[in-house]
Amino acid sequence: MRKILPDQRGYFAEFGGKYVPETLMPALSELETAYWEAREDEDFQRDLQYYFENYIGRPSPLYYAKRFTEELGGAKIYLKREDLNHTGAHKINNTIGQVLLARKMEKKRIIAETGAGQHGVAVATVAALFGFSCAVYMGEVDIKRQALNVFRMKLLGAEVIPVRLGSKTLKDAVNETIRDWVTNVRTTYYIIGSVVGPHPYPMMVRDFQSIIGKETKEQIIAIEGRLPDYLVACVGGGSNAMGLFYEFKDDQEVKMFGVEAAGQGLITQEHAATLGVGDIGILHGAKSYLLQDENGQIKEAYSISAGLDYPGVGPEHAYLKKTGRATYVSVTDNEALKAFQLLSRTEGIIPALESAHALAYLPKLIPKTKKEEVVVVCLSGRGDKDTEVVIDKLGVE
Amino acid sequence: MRIEKVLRSLREEGKKSLIIYITAGDPDLKVTEELVYSIAEAGADVVELGIPFSDPLADGPTIQQASQRALNGKVTIPKILSTIEKIRKKSSVPIALMTYYNPIFYYGLDRFVAGSKAVGVDGLIVPDLPLEESKELRGLTERFGIELIPFITPTSTPERIDAITKVARGFIYCVSVTGVTGIRENLSLDVAEMIRKIHPYTDIPLAIGFGISNAKQAKEMIKYTDAIIVGSAVVKIIENYQNDLSALLGQVRSFVKSLKEAITEEI
Repeated sequence: MRKILPDQRGYFAEFGGKYVPETLMPALSELETAYWEAREDEDFQRDLQYYFENYIGRPSPLYYAKRFTEELGGAKIYLKREDLNHTGAHKINNTIGQVLLARKMEKKRIIAETGAGQHGVAVATVAALFGFSCAVYMGEVDIKRQALNVFRMKLLGAEVIPVRLGSKTLKDAVNETIRDWVTNVRTTYYIIGSVVGPHPYPMMVRDFQSIIGKETKEQIIAIEGRLPDYLVACVGGGSNAMGLFYEFKDDQEVKMFGVEAAGQGLITQEHAATLGVGDIGILHGAKSYLLQDENGQIKEAYSISAGLDYPGVGPEHAYLKKTGRATYVSVTDNEALKAFQLLSRTEGIIPALESAHALAYLPKLIPKTKKEEVVVVCLSGRGDKDTEVVIDKLGVE
Repeated sequence: MRIEKVLRSLREEGKKSLIIYITAGDPDLKVTEELVYSIAEAGADVVELGIPFSDPLADGPTIQQASQRALNGKVTIPKILSTIEKIRKKSSVPIALMTYYNPIFYYGLDRFVAGSKAVGVDGLIVPDLPLEESKELRGLTERFGIELIPFITPTSTPERIDAITKVARGFIYCVSVTGVTGIRENLSLDVAEMIRKIHPYTDIPLAIGFGISNAKQAKEMIKYTDAIIVGSAVVKIIENYQNDLSALLGQVRSFVKSLKEAITEEI
């Protein structure tokens, strides 16, 4: 029999676990129980399906990017269009799933962390949809960088709480959300935004996001009559990648590539290539790879893409790396910016900078492929939110 | 098993115990050394020394900032251990190290536990290492004779209390509130209920911490337990007087004394 992961303790081999204060341990058990019930509960699954179809707009298309394919001159490139989801990214798949769980658990209040604000917006959206009070923690630095998303969250009725200590970015926003959760655990549900955190979050977020891979598999078989040869997705915490990969994990002929942010380059300190150059450690409730210094202090990550600059990564990615099932590579800010422009010009699709990292690996991968081969790239989000950052870098000319 | 022994023997004499927390290296390790002597002289029965971590998710702003000050001063585990080695030449006050799991995991658990034992550390407190994840570290602390002190909180279920008390060493760190460390105006009523839930399972000393910040609260909380732990209120004094060493030591000493008196009067 195939091994089902995570195991009962929440481990993917040596990665994962529940490294949280005692106060939260009963809450994690409660969450796990509720989640297993929800998985078997037909009403829950019917609701999930309903909101996937009628609110998010699923299934998202699997689109053959013909001119982009011709430009690169190799395997056929398909884009899984998560950018077309309501709120413009894959994040909503997870927040819809978790808010339904919060409702089932009769919690009163939703909290979340956000970096760039995409997850925060997706959380504020579902909190509005179901009438929850909602607080989103966001680093002060990110609040300044992402004014538009801050405004969107407020418009949706969420309270945006600035995090003023530490690096004032995503990692500290997660710390502060965990502190809120420890304090208000009895009434509050924490919607984590990626396949990170203590068990059962990495499993749960993966399962809600695995709709990406399930649809992709059906769609590619309908179009091409076979499985893809390559899957490519960007990896910050790793939820869109995990969502795409999971359905294909036992199809050994499908090669999987996770693309991390190399920022200004791996030889600098300015990157977010956790799997590429990090070491094993414990952060935010799980054992995985981390960016840390020689004293086990967590380092700040950097990427032009705010959704990728996280110094940790989901434990299941650590597992896929260690077993060799997936390959993790990285591309720099500049490579991502080129891909951002190339897709815009060849397909009329402006990708999120996160997704542009996945696209930016193609110029390296495609020359090794044959024309009859098939690549699926997860286009995890749309790029409107990034235009300011890109203008900053490239100018308006 | 010195911490448990100290707390038990005080209990047998009908006395209560005082545990004082400071962050090692805040504002620097030389001051930490002096503070340990002052705190012990002023009446603390155990000193809890924090190893700073970049992401202290069980701590409120006061201890977060103390950790940051210590890290700005490039404090590391080897430097802290050698400070304790120095302290041991002058003071035998029981010392427990408080640290998050990553710094000691990265340093090497066996190297850390062996090194701690070698310099005279008595106990270890790791707030993000719940029972389920503590097996590896516990194996080492048991082998080297260091007391791994666990937490019980107002949300702990009877099953968890049963399992935690079975492996507890030193004392049980009873968290007064659902929340993080920090000065609080009002302490919760969860405490009495929590202590009542623990008693049937163990007679190991119980210490209440989180939020206790003055003599009045100390007096109130000591009614329920064998010991109280005060951290943020002391760290706040260190923050306020960090540039004036003699005032700092004097202020800390008199604050610790006031806590000691508060828990002593009760008898």
